[in-house]
Amino acid sequence: MNATAASAGPTRTSQPRVGLFVTCLVDIIRPSVGFAAVKLLEDAGCKVIVPSQTCCGQPAYNSGDRATAKALARQAIEAFEDCDYVVVPSGSCGGMLIKHYPDLFAGEPDLAERAERFARKSHELVSFLVDVLGVRKVAARYEGTVAYHDSCAGLRELGVKAQPRQLLAGVEGLTLVELDEAETCCGFGGLFATKYGELSNAIVSKKAGDIRAARADTVLAGDLGCLLNMAGKLGRDGSAVKARHVAEILAGMADGPAIGESKEPRQ
Amino acid sequence: MNEAGTSAHFKENVHEALTDARLQGALGFSRNFVGRRAAAVARLPEFEALRDSARAIKDHTLAHLDLYLEAYERKVRESGGEVHYAQDAEEAREIVIGLCKAMGAKSVTKGKSMIAEEIGLNHALEAAGIEPVETDLGEYIIQLRGETPSHIIAPAIHLTAKDVEQEFRRAHRDLPADRSLAEPEQLLSEARQVLRAKFLAADVGVTGANFLIAETGTSIIVTNEGNGDLTQILPQAHIVIASIEKVVPTLEDAAQLMRVLARSATGQDASVYTTLSTGPRRPGDPDGPRAYHVVILDNGRSAMLGGEFEDMLRCIRCGACMNHCPVYQAVGGHAYGWVYPGPMGAVLTPSLIGVAEGGQLPNASTFCGRCEQVCPVRIPLPNMMRHWREREFERRLSPAPLRYGLGFWAFFASRPALYRLATDVTARAMRLAGRNKGRFSWLPFAGGWTRYRDLAAPEGATFQSQWRAKSGAVR
Amino acid sequence: MKARAAVFASIRRSLGVHGDEAPRRFEVETRLEAAPAGVVPKRGQGDIPARLATFKAEAERAQASLAEVAGWADAPAEIARFLRENNCPATLRMGADPRLTGMPWSETALEILHGASDGRDVNAVSAAFAGIAETGTLALVSGADNPTTLNFLPDNHVVVLPREAILPDYESAFAKLRATYGKGGAPRTLNLITGPSRSADIEQTLLLGAHGPRRLHIVIVGEG
Repeated sequence: MNATAASAGPTRTSQPRVGLFVTCLVDIIRPSVGFAAVKLLEDAGCKVIVPSQTCCGQPAYNSGDRATAKALARQAIEAFEDCDYVVVPSGSCGGMLIKHYPDLFAGEPDLAERAERFARKSHELVSFLVDVLGVRKVAARYEGTVAYHDSCAGLRELGVKAQPRQLLAGVEGLTLVELDEAETCCGFGGLFATKYGELSNAIVSKKAGDIRAARADTVLAGDLGCLLNMAGKLGRDGSAVKARHVAEILAGMADGPAIGESKEPRQ
Repeated sequence: MNEAGTSAHFKENVHEALTDARLQGALGFSRNFVGRRAAAVARLPEFEALRDSARAIKDHTLAHLDLYLEAYERKVRESGGEVHYAQDAEEAREIVIGLCKAMGAKSVTKGKSMIAEEIGLNHALEAAGIEPVETDLGEYIIQLRGETPSHIIAPAIHLTAKDVEQEFRRAHRDLPADRSLAEPEQLLSEARQVLRAKFLAADVGVTGANFLIAETGTSIIVTNEGNGDLTQILPQAHIVIASIEKVVPTLEDAAQLMRVLARSATGQDASVYTTLSTGPRRPGDPDGPRAYHVVILDNGRSAMLGGEFEDMLRCIRCGACMNHCPVYQAVGGHAYGWVYPGPMGAVLTPSLIGVAEGGQLPNASTFCGRCEQVCPVRIPLPNMMRHWREREFERRLSPAPLRYGLGFWAFFASRPALYRLATDVTARAMRLAGRNKGRFSWLPFAGGWTRYRDLAAPEGATFQSQWRAKSGAVR
Repeated sequence: MKARAAVFASIRRSLGVHGDEAPRRFEVETRLEAAPAGVVPKRGQGDIPARLATFKAEAERAQASLAEVAGWADAPAEIARFLRENNCPATLRMGADPRLTGMPWSETALEILHGASDGRDVNAVSAAFAGIAETGTLALVSGADNPTTLNFLPDNHVVVLPREAILPDYESAFAKLRATYGKGGAPRTLNLITGPSRSADIEQTLLLGAHGPRRLHIVIVGEG
């Protein structure tokens, strides 16, 4: 019996058409997150489609290249034209689609309206499941002590805070611990992590320290950028803490290697 | 244009700050502000509404700044004070020194003033043979050390008690060398004693102003120590130095801003001393300054009005943004290289010293957004930093590797079919290169990342290529 | 003055105005005249007993000490007690405020001094213009009655506050200011004082008595 279908919210006569905005990092580095997202959405009764897509434009936008950002935004809006919803497993890309696309086209007659409509139908993955579809519990199991890091954009731009904790609380075998300074930035910031490597390292070192202090064996977040950053630091430090995207746990697809986890033992 | 500091060498400053063990230990102290602010906000149900009110007052005032300045000036004159205008730092210094010299001043006590820092007033006074004495305890300590403030509210937050003891022993030579200064209370007592003599001997007192009230021609200072008050009531003259955007219309408007200022800064519901000063002493007053001068400084702010960075003029200098900033918490204020640190410094500095000198600062942000979240007047700080990045990009000031990298990415990202192919090929190749390790400890072009962290290797074929293979169709 | 003209010209240029536009002038004049209140916290509101309770709680949070006496005539004894219990010398400076000078000081052993302070006073007493319940704040105005130096130079500052002068909020205090000094008027100095002087500049350790008084003692006087 599909527990998520049983606890889904408002009944629909037709399946919502959900376009998955998979994000570059998931697409290129960790597709399994994308498949976890698909499973969660299908289990909740959605028809998932994956339009041909590239980048949301955030790296260009945050680097001051507004022209490229607008071009990529227009492209994204068009690609997802005939979806009821656009769902994205990232608070950062989600914030771009939802908060910044309308800013990009503010004052431009036709595009402003299209960007607004696009923004209104776009959602971060976990908040979509909980707030829109009414999912209350997922049928997943995970033996472990989990700390959840609140990625900045998801938290501050999109209000994602309670929803992942709500669903994690229902995962069998999972113990949730709160990180000291859970809401503090991990130091990723997109290109910042490479441009200001030493500074970014100082910030992620604090985050890694907080994760170890919480005695979690697993750290989760809703953003692959943050996770690559934290996993990369923990790995370099020789820590055994596993990093995964929260979707992997919720979808019961946490059997493969964790982020940056090797198949061979560390030298 | 203002004399630049070392903002252009931000990365080097960061390195110095991160390798300074003493500083790193001291930086822990600034984290207290976060919890204190949160507690003060939790106690006041009207706080969010007050933020909106404060923002609206500032916006209204800025839109009518010329008229409010005129009204303010009229009231100051009515109360027996004088108003002087300075276009830039040099003019402001000249005015203050001119006033001091006309009064034959030998020593000047100073309340804490970021504007005085901005114009380099202390050096100018010393060069003119006048002794400036900082009276805010933190400012006094760093004056002894020949340093600049590292935080706009807590200037000596980068120092430990040991640092202070060392400095006092070095500077207060006529006190017994065997005295104990092991406890902070003893340091405070000594500072009180030494500075009390200076307060009483000063010829002129210079303070800043948190606000200037147009309705009454009043300047407001906010302190916990009372040093600003002793600075202004004891000497024969009180000189206020304030920038143009400090004006607020009425007493009621000042009350709105006062309610969010202390709570945002230190988590107090009110600072110990909020003082409203209007003109020189009145007939019959047994104390107070006999002369009252206000020096109003532009120094690049009028150019910000009506433009992309106008919102930055709402700033009430509470320091909440830097208290909550992961970058500031990692490196402290001196790394920013000029007068104003943290997020507000990152936005304001390029406006005042130019984007060529100050442009590093708005780039050194993860856009985590905590600054905007806590700003009492809701300045969209990350957006403003992004505006600076746009200006740099347009003027081709961004580093070449970054522009080429972005151009390369943009080329592929705007061609979906090519993008899908190229990313799939690359991902598979990197998977092979990573072999079973699952991660890279070094990658070309990614030195900033891999020097400190591993980078997870791609799983193999991209999501989109796997999806197409599974479902046979991509729309 | 050249600089003045340049600064105003720059402001007006940036705002895209000449400065003589009637609607803007009207807006500014209206706001200055009407002085609308913004958001006023509920915290200090209520009748006198409620305000008194809030004032005391907030003042204590700010490390002031408080005492209540039935009437003005009872204040000297309370003040003498406070000084004695804190091992302070038996001297007390005050201004010309008749409410203070008229109190029965001869009932105590205190040496009373009059006028502004030159820095050698250990103790001083002032009468407050008002109290502000919302933050436990005292409002004191400059003048011969209560010289401003008494608020800052002595080690110990006692402030006598009439119970009925405890107002709910800053807005009420400003209204009282206007009633006394006229619309647009103000004393040379209005001090809003919340607790004794403090600094946290050394390792963020909170210490009292930075430059101003180490102790602030508030004597709330009833009508009795």
